[in-house]
Amino acid sequence: MDTILFFIFAIIAVVCGLNLVLQKHPISSALSLIGVMGSLAVLYLMLGAEFLAAAQVIVYAGAIMVLFVFVIMLLNAGSEKPGGKSWFAQIAGIPLLLAFIAVMGFVIETFLPALRSVRFGSFAGGTAREIGRVLFTEYLLPFEVTSVLILIAILGAVVLARKEID
Amino acid sequence: MIGNYVPHGVEYIRILPEILLCIFGILIMVLEAVTAEGQKRMLGVLALVGIVVAFAANLYAYTVPGQAFQNVITIDAFATFFRGLVLVVGLLCVFASLGYLRRQHAESGEYYSLILFSLIGQCILSTANELIMVFIGLEISSIATYVLAGYFRDDRRNNEAALKYFLLGSFATAFLLYGIAWCYGLTGSTNLNEIHRVISDPGLRPPVVLTGIAAALILIGLLFKVSAAPFQIWAPDVYQGAASPVTAFLSAGPKAAAFAVLLRIFMTGFGSFSFRWAPLLWSIALLTMIIGNFAALTQSNVKRLMAYSSIAHAGYILVAITADSQLGIAAVMFYLAAYALMNIGAFVVIGHVAAKNERYVRIEDLAGLAKRQPATAALFALFVFSLIGVPLTGGFFAKFYVFRAALEAHLVWLTVLGLATSAVAAFYYLKIVVAMYMKEPGESMADLAPLSSGTRVAVWAAALGTLILGIFPSVLLPFLSYSASMLGRQ
Repeated sequence: MDTILFFIFAIIAVVCGLNLVLQKHPISSALSLIGVMGSLAVLYLMLGAEFLAAAQVIVYAGAIMVLFVFVIMLLNAGSEKPGGKSWFAQIAGIPLLLAFIAVMGFVIETFLPALRSVRFGSFAGGTAREIGRVLFTEYLLPFEVTSVLILIAILGAVVLARKEID
Repeated sequence: MIGNYVPHGVEYIRILPEILLCIFGILIMVLEAVTAEGQKRMLGVLALVGIVVAFAANLYAYTVPGQAFQNVITIDAFATFFRGLVLVVGLLCVFASLGYLRRQHAESGEYYSLILFSLIGQCILSTANELIMVFIGLEISSIATYVLAGYFRDDRRNNEAALKYFLLGSFATAFLLYGIAWCYGLTGSTNLNEIHRVISDPGLRPPVVLTGIAAALILIGLLFKVSAAPFQIWAPDVYQGAASPVTAFLSAGPKAAAFAVLLRIFMTGFGSFSFRWAPLLWSIALLTMIIGNFAALTQSNVKRLMAYSSIAHAGYILVAITADSQLGIAAVMFYLAAYALMNIGAFVVIGHVAAKNERYVRIEDLAGLAKRQPATAALFALFVFSLIGVPLTGGFFAKFYVFRAALEAHLVWLTVLGLATSAVAAFYYLKIVVAMYMKEPGESMADLAPLSSGTRVAVWAAALGTLILGIFPSVLLPFLSYSASMLGRQ
């Protein structure tokens, strides 16, 4: 059952990801991204990462996507025009991509069985309680320092969005 | 159980510089709102005070070395050196910015706040002992510099610089983050000591190929930040487009911090299989030196020329890292200190000659500087000679230690080829000196203003530092070898 569900949502994620790149209109791409994030959330949930799945839906598929769509509408972005692609990308792009997938597949297939591989439902550390405990004990300083990161993002937005330099 | 996690007072002392920088950064943001238009310069002075206080705190923190906050940061001689170095870089750049911003009529508190916050990121990078901390520090440092690169919003080249830097920088950070995720998946930890323990234990060791992929992904992210080939393409456009004091800052501070992290991760975390990445670093170092030095030959824009030169210098530093010895680590530290001083000095002079809105940035625009402002020209010549590596300047000993470390590690070919490329470098550097001393002044010299007081302090301090490192390298060396012995493996 778990495996079947995994394949269904993994395929949805990959198809939506491809669609995101291939679509010409930004809104269509943004909607495909929701599909990617939603199916990723389900995969997280199946692995036992409840908190991550909830955050994925609320923050990414919710808040950030709304922001994306707003920006696309505000900029009134139209369809993408077929731009000049470099000859290298046109000729070597797809073969290189396939080669990359083949190599990664080979590496993972060859070496991963040696690891303690993940089983569906065997992981129990993904609840909000566990995350909270780790965040405020082991990762206290990174957690606190993230506030500086957010402060800089706000400051940067103010600097770049101000009317003009005096 | 919870009691173990309550930080001790001494742990706060170890991150005191970051706390102080944060306080001053926020103070400047708040005061910005209540400062009259003509008084904004005071906010810059406040930033200077903040950096000096943080520097003092850095020295004080070194009296209680050790790890803090569940081992996410380490305060040792190595961390103290790099934290001090990025703070000095910040100090010089704020001095240079005082005059520059006044000339542009763009004085504001946000600029200085961003520099202080960027310094927090670089301090964290210097001390980080944990990959998540590395990531957050890198993001803090980078996002602040992206904004600084595009600070003069109405300038087209500033916009171009900021956008390119942001897009390519985010892409590189994604590689780093993916590498960290691999690392966590393989070793079950993001702490460098723990990673080292797992991968050097035959019973726990994950497959070497997978560890190699994790290390390679992290390496890609960091090589981008130090503008090493083949990830150097962003540097010329960004260095050319950003305002000169900002270019000086981001060519020295973030680079030093990124090298600190690179050393820390690959000496502490992945130390036990250094022999595997040595050939890779060997070729990257050589490629970086060749691309930097040969591309610089054809440049007519001084800032672009200096950008390629800074790529080449990253190559020399990578030579010392390839040597993979305590001598090599000490050489990297010495090189970064000398490089920071001479590079900041050079960019500050370039920004001064460029006049308002950076109109004069071609090599010909430097013509006749020696006649108009002999002192400025002499200082610029000093920085250029140091960049070449002429004796009696910091650049000489920097190159000397790097190549000595390489020779002792039996990297003969890398040394020979590196020295050959640095001979090529002398050619384009001398073009600057020839223009200053042997050409007649042109239009650019008619517009030349006297050095503002802040700029003067920055240039003279950088020159003094370059000379001290060149004549008395022993002021720094014992401390550097000690730091290297703390970091390196036996």
